[in-house]
Amino acid sequence: MVWVELGITLVKIALLFFVVLTLVAYLTLAERRVSAFMQDRLGPNRVGPFGFLQPLADGVKFIFKEDLIPSHVNKPFFIAAPAFALVTALIALAVVPIGKGFETTLFGLLSAPIFVKLQIADLNVGILYVLAIGSLSVYGVVLGGWASNSKYSFLGGLRGAAQMISYELAMGLSIIGVIAWTGSLRLEDIIEAQSKCWFAIPQILGCIVFVAAAFAETNRLPFDMPEAEPEIVAGYHTEYSSMKFAMFFMAEYTHMIVVSCLVVALFFGGWYPLPFGGWFGIDIDKYWFLPPIVFIGKVLAFLFFFIWVRFTLPRFRYDQVMNLGWKVLFPIAVANLIIVSIAILVLQNYGYLKA
Amino acid sequence: METVVFYIFAALSVAGALLVITYNNPVSSAVSLVLTLFSTAVLFVLLLAHFVAAIQILVYAGAIMILFLFTVMFLNLHPEALRFDARNMAFKVSIFLVVLLFTGYFAAMGFNKAFPGGGAPSPSPEGFGTVEGVGRLLFTGYLLPFELTSVLILAAIIGVVAIAKRRES
Repeated sequence: MVWVELGITLVKIALLFFVVLTLVAYLTLAERRVSAFMQDRLGPNRVGPFGFLQPLADGVKFIFKEDLIPSHVNKPFFIAAPAFALVTALIALAVVPIGKGFETTLFGLLSAPIFVKLQIADLNVGILYVLAIGSLSVYGVVLGGWASNSKYSFLGGLRGAAQMISYELAMGLSIIGVIAWTGSLRLEDIIEAQSKCWFAIPQILGCIVFVAAAFAETNRLPFDMPEAEPEIVAGYHTEYSSMKFAMFFMAEYTHMIVVSCLVVALFFGGWYPLPFGGWFGIDIDKYWFLPPIVFIGKVLAFLFFFIWVRFTLPRFRYDQVMNLGWKVLFPIAVANLIIVSIAILVLQNYGYLKA
Repeated sequence: METVVFYIFAALSVAGALLVITYNNPVSSAVSLVLTLFSTAVLFVLLLAHFVAAIQILVYAGAIMILFLFTVMFLNLHPEALRFDARNMAFKVSIFLVVLLFTGYFAAMGFNKAFPGGGAPSPSPEGFGTVEGVGRLLFTGYLLPFELTSVLILAAIIGVVAIAKRRES
């Protein structure tokens, strides 16, 4: 029985890897096509129908490009940094539940049916795990910038460190309202608590702060300070080429997927399709495949939102980024916490929420 | 299985700690410390203290060590200046202190107590290392130290603001 569970977990890990890396590849295509659409261009549409084979061509190109390691770099850290960036982004997905799960006997192989969760690890501190792993992802940027031993890379790495630490605070504070409301750090409990109403509605302030901080954490425009082209060439990955550069790139997109999953799970009801009313009487234990469809659909919508914002807003200046993080988002997150705390007390007093 | 994991990460944490003090390069030292902190977090997981493990990584490895690294990179220390020298006075004093500490420890505990071998480990108390357990301890038995730490941190924040303001004018 232990071996069966281990096998199922390994299959889930392999599946997640495959799905996420494929999604990352197609996100690059989506980004180019969407940006082209927004700028009244065509974008890459030559390789395959609608350019659907473009990511494959890009991958082949990356692998066959010469892998330069400049002579002036700190070699161990230079090689480790992109791996660190990608690994920390990937393993954060382990606790994301995309659905409740289903019972199966593995096509009659097992005597008793077992319950397969649609999540790799069911941690009771799930949300803290994601934040902890996310905080480690700064090392990829910092060490990459430092090990490159070039001024622009170093500036990019330091900017990345400062920015990610600053916004981590606002991000952490904005989800305390959700945790206080739910009374649990498990992501599944947090989603279940939204069966009547998505948290985005009562905690709109926290939601806004979280989404803004999510953009900063992923180093996406308008917060892409660590790699601002007009100022510091390409920031922390200036000296990187070939697959090592591609790994930084993949890390950024994987990070986008992670924060999209978090936004959906924390504020937009996870697998509940509409802001109110839960599943309208549909038995999701029987139709177990519906929650994953809803969850993944929402994640894809948020990924589109990320791309949309990137090609809509101009980049902030560095001091504006710091001011926004510390003087605007942080106080809003505190205000959200106070409002939500009062709301929880009132709701508990009138019996709408379990004490 | 758990024993194997324990030995791997216990060895890693000790190795990381040794590398912290043997590397000449301060950035390598800082990264080794991250390795130690991470391995210790895994040991907390083996004790089923998931909350403590997550906080350990989030606070120490993710925030404090980044700031360390940040400062170390800015200082631009030269490895030559940090080279190990056995004639150093500080080195002699620390050797003396280490010997003193261990002699005192063994004298006070006795050899058998200092190295308790074998036997089943005592089970951890109910709610050990969970959010509820840690929270309850912080707000009951350890309320005073907890509040004192908060005051200390507040004092540090005020100090930082004061120093930053003075530079400005």
